[in-house]
Amino acid sequence: MIEFQNVSFAYEKGRPVLRDLSFRIERGEAVGLIGANGAGKSTVMKLLLGLLQGEGKILVDGLEVKRETLGEVRRKLGFVLQNSDNQMFMPTVYEDMIFAPLNYMLSREEADARVDAVLARLGLEDLKYRYNHKISGGEKRMAAIATILAMEPEAVLMDEPTSALDPFNRRLVINTIRELLQTKLITSHDLDMILDTCGRVILLSGGRIAADGPAQTILRDRVLLEANRMELPLSLMGRE
Amino acid sequence: MNKMQKALHELAEMDELAARSSPIHSLHPAAKLIATIAYILVTLSFDKYDLSGLVPMLLWPILLFQISGVELRSCFYKLRIVLPLVMAVGLFNPFFDKEIVLRIGPAAVSGGVVSMLTLMLKGLYCLMASFLLMATTPIDNLCAALRQLHVPKMLVTLLLLTYRYVGVMTGELAIMTEAYHLRAPGQKGIHISAWGSFLGQLLLRSMDRAQELYASMLLRGYHQHFHYADIKPFRRRDALYLIGCVLVFALLRYGKIAQLLGSAIVR
Repeated sequence: MIEFQNVSFAYEKGRPVLRDLSFRIERGEAVGLIGANGAGKSTVMKLLLGLLQGEGKILVDGLEVKRETLGEVRRKLGFVLQNSDNQMFMPTVYEDMIFAPLNYMLSREEADARVDAVLARLGLEDLKYRYNHKISGGEKRMAAIATILAMEPEAVLMDEPTSALDPFNRRLVINTIRELLQTKLITSHDLDMILDTCGRVILLSGGRIAADGPAQTILRDRVLLEANRMELPLSLMGRE
Repeated sequence: MNKMQKALHELAEMDELAARSSPIHSLHPAAKLIATIAYILVTLSFDKYDLSGLVPMLLWPILLFQISGVELRSCFYKLRIVLPLVMAVGLFNPFFDKEIVLRIGPAAVSGGVVSMLTLMLKGLYCLMASFLLMATTPIDNLCAALRQLHVPKMLVTLLLLTYRYVGVMTGELAIMTEAYHLRAPGQKGIHISAWGSFLGQLLLRSMDRAQELYASMLLRGYHQHFHYADIKPFRRRDALYLIGCVLVFALLRYGKIAQLLGSAIVR
């Protein structure tokens, strides 16, 4: 579904953020992309979405990510931003949710039906006509996920989906992520959430892959994590 | 809540006002837009000394406030900053135009005073009419109407995104102001020495945020074509409203309503 082939990228000349990165994510896989601050996690996401252009080749469902294919590639990928305020730019949740389906040329009736289906699936019917500036942080995060699901993407990318949420809303988001059937690529420092939602983890360090394997193995490896400026998930502390 | 957060909240409240339901809210946005433009043009067309002719023009916004259920006080409250500026336009007229044009009992009124009052009223009416349009029409509907009236797509998109960008900038300003005051307790406003860096930072931050918002739009299929609200077709009642407004404006402009009312009272 997603493939990086020898991808390198630098914001400034001589200071590479990603170096010769290669990995492949199969359809339906849930992958956690972890690493310390500045490891290149967000850059990976932006390259994948075509918001940045680097060296090497990135493929999404067999399509190379380049200017000519951006429309098709982006239609396959739904990206949940870390800051939901930046994702929800319309006055109401409904208007935000209908934005993508209308852009993808669905009729208003079809788009409405899709919005209703997603809201029902997530149990968010009450939010439909609420104003974005009047809903709580947790509701906004769930609404942001709903706006992406209304696109019916083949893969869902999430940047820190549980940041700044209280335990209840964090659990709500985790449960929602677990129920998603799409391919998932999630970047986060919340390793407990990654452990809960992802079967595989890619650990980035200094723009390179420091480890790639089952979440249960990598997230239990205290030495590996600490060597890469991370620590064990809280739920595993004292149990390894 | 600091001043900026309050401003942001007020801005968002305009969307809520516009989403209410009333006979005026349910009118076609193009009808409301054309009626508002016509009202403003008619108001501005009055002679600078025609104060008595201008007074009855207040009837239209007052009537609309009543029917739409939008509170008059919310209009004055939201316009509290811009209103004095508009009203101040003719403030110097009494100094330049001292010719006596009117006597009220023993008091002589100069042309400058009359023209100042006329200008003030014109400004007030135009602001009230614009506010009414915004308070009864969601910005998306307004943009959809502008497109229906064949206003260029680029201009309409610019209008919509500017409206949204004001919110983004105010939001950033609210965060920065709060951060500033937390580290400068007891200080009123932003100290002049910090203005340069404050404005620079504001610009950079709001640009960053606007860029992220734009990326979010691009990632959801936006390609320079905004799908505005799905507005209902122009119906007979919209046409009637528009024709009614134009007739009333013509009557108020040329019907010498004030004189007729005056003579009726005198008789």
